[in-house]
Amino acid sequence: MATSKLGEHTSQQYEQELTNIRSKVIRMGGLVESQVEAGLKALVSSDGALGEEVATSDYKINTLEVEIDDACTRIIALRQPAASDLRVVVTVIKTITDLERIGDEAEKLGRLAVELAAVDREPGYFTQLKHLGEHVRAALRGALDALTRLDVDLAMKVALEDKMVDQEFDALMRQLITYMMEDPRSIPRSLQVMWCARALERIGDHCKNICEYVVYMVKGKDIRHTSMKNSEAAK
Amino acid sequence: MQKSVSIEQPVMDNMQPAKSIMVQSSKDTDFEFTGTVGNIAAANPRMVTRNVDVFYGEKQAIFDVSLDIGTNEVIAMIGPSGCGKSTFIRCLNRMNDTIESCKVSGEIRLDDKSIYRKKQDVVQLRARVGMVFQKPNPFPKSVYDNVAYGVRIHGLASNKMELEEIVVSSLRRAGLWDEVKDRLDAPGTSLSGGQQQRLCIARTIAVNPEVILMDEPCSALDPIATARIEELIDELRENYTIAIVTHSMQQAARVSQRTAYFHLGYLVEVGETSQVFTNPAHKLTEDYITGRFG
Repeated sequence: MATSKLGEHTSQQYEQELTNIRSKVIRMGGLVESQVEAGLKALVSSDGALGEEVATSDYKINTLEVEIDDACTRIIALRQPAASDLRVVVTVIKTITDLERIGDEAEKLGRLAVELAAVDREPGYFTQLKHLGEHVRAALRGALDALTRLDVDLAMKVALEDKMVDQEFDALMRQLITYMMEDPRSIPRSLQVMWCARALERIGDHCKNICEYVVYMVKGKDIRHTSMKNSEAAK
Repeated sequence: MQKSVSIEQPVMDNMQPAKSIMVQSSKDTDFEFTGTVGNIAAANPRMVTRNVDVFYGEKQAIFDVSLDIGTNEVIAMIGPSGCGKSTFIRCLNRMNDTIESCKVSGEIRLDDKSIYRKKQDVVQLRARVGMVFQKPNPFPKSVYDNVAYGVRIHGLASNKMELEEIVVSSLRRAGLWDEVKDRLDAPGTSLSGGQQQRLCIARTIAVNPEVILMDEPCSALDPIATARIEELIDELRENYTIAIVTHSMQQAARVSQRTAYFHLGYLVEVGETSQVFTNPAHKLTEDYITGRFG
């Protein structure tokens, strides 16, 4: 996360504490991103071993979440942050919750990859899933970039694009229903693919949340639960 | 009348007119003032100031400050040392008159009447606009007489009973009654620092002012005494209008509804306290409240 456009704090230690938090959030974002990437890869390439690895690596993200949470609590208790500093701390606390949930979804992808790798695969399912996955990965990348560079325009763009992920998800859902109606034997597998799609769609939602936090952090305006038209006005 | 210029007169000795010397000129820095950010007007103003300039001799301490102080609101003045916030509130009850070299120009009105008009009785003004100082400064008298003093001078009580009533209710409102009711004859100076400050507040409210000015009222107090005073400020707000100068940003955030940020004699920003502390509009305000200078 870039330091805000302001100068440094008079207290060097405070400056350092905030910098530490920022760099940890970025590290956590990087970890989450690689987990999602690996989970997707395991899924589309039927790589059970990779899936297993993803499913068991989530603890790293969780540990970071606890560490950052702790550091934020300390800053609030000891430094009483105000204005942009306060917004940074509040945003960080919320962001890491969403990042941790994305990590959980990635873990889910890993587990499902292990199960799906063990069964026959119908290529049709996975092209769609891959497509959805690409969208979600782009959203995650965009959200993390916006967070790192405090880029409000990018954050708004990514938040808006969450609709596309939702549409993609709906399309996949319809396709799965068709499969299931055509051949009831495909129901167990279709359901598993559906869980995957659901996990990806949730990741998209978390990315949108992070983007909204970025707007709040930079502009001090809360754009949650407002129509995008209003959000544009907030800029 | 001549003898008692002001009920706060004994106070003048331990105030620091030296502060005026510390005021820096704007030429010292690259700060360029482009007008106050935020809404200077209050919905229901009790005091109105417009284009106030203050000079200490040659040196200008306040530049063109315009600000309303709303009825029943607590407005906090914050800013680095020498930014003119104390100078500004001391204009509001003409406390600066006591500094020979001090010149005030511009408009300052209380309930729509200029307080610098020729006919203004300064003693009367200071009864209506009371002041509490940084260091508790009880008179060298008993607790009772500290509070009764101003009431007697201003002839606010017609008999002993009434006087006693005012003293007791003032002490109660200042949250001090329970602690001093058994030692009203003890010298005011025998109380603890926090109690002395509350005694000073009781003394101020005894003369039934409309506005109370507080110049860093808690800077000499411990956290518990501070919390009591802050609690008291909140209660007093129902009946009075309060302007408080404080170096504690948290205090400003806790007690005030509006916050004004001063910088090198300029009023840089004024706004709702919650907005100023979460999303200030001016970069200097942001720098100051986040501890980037000052």
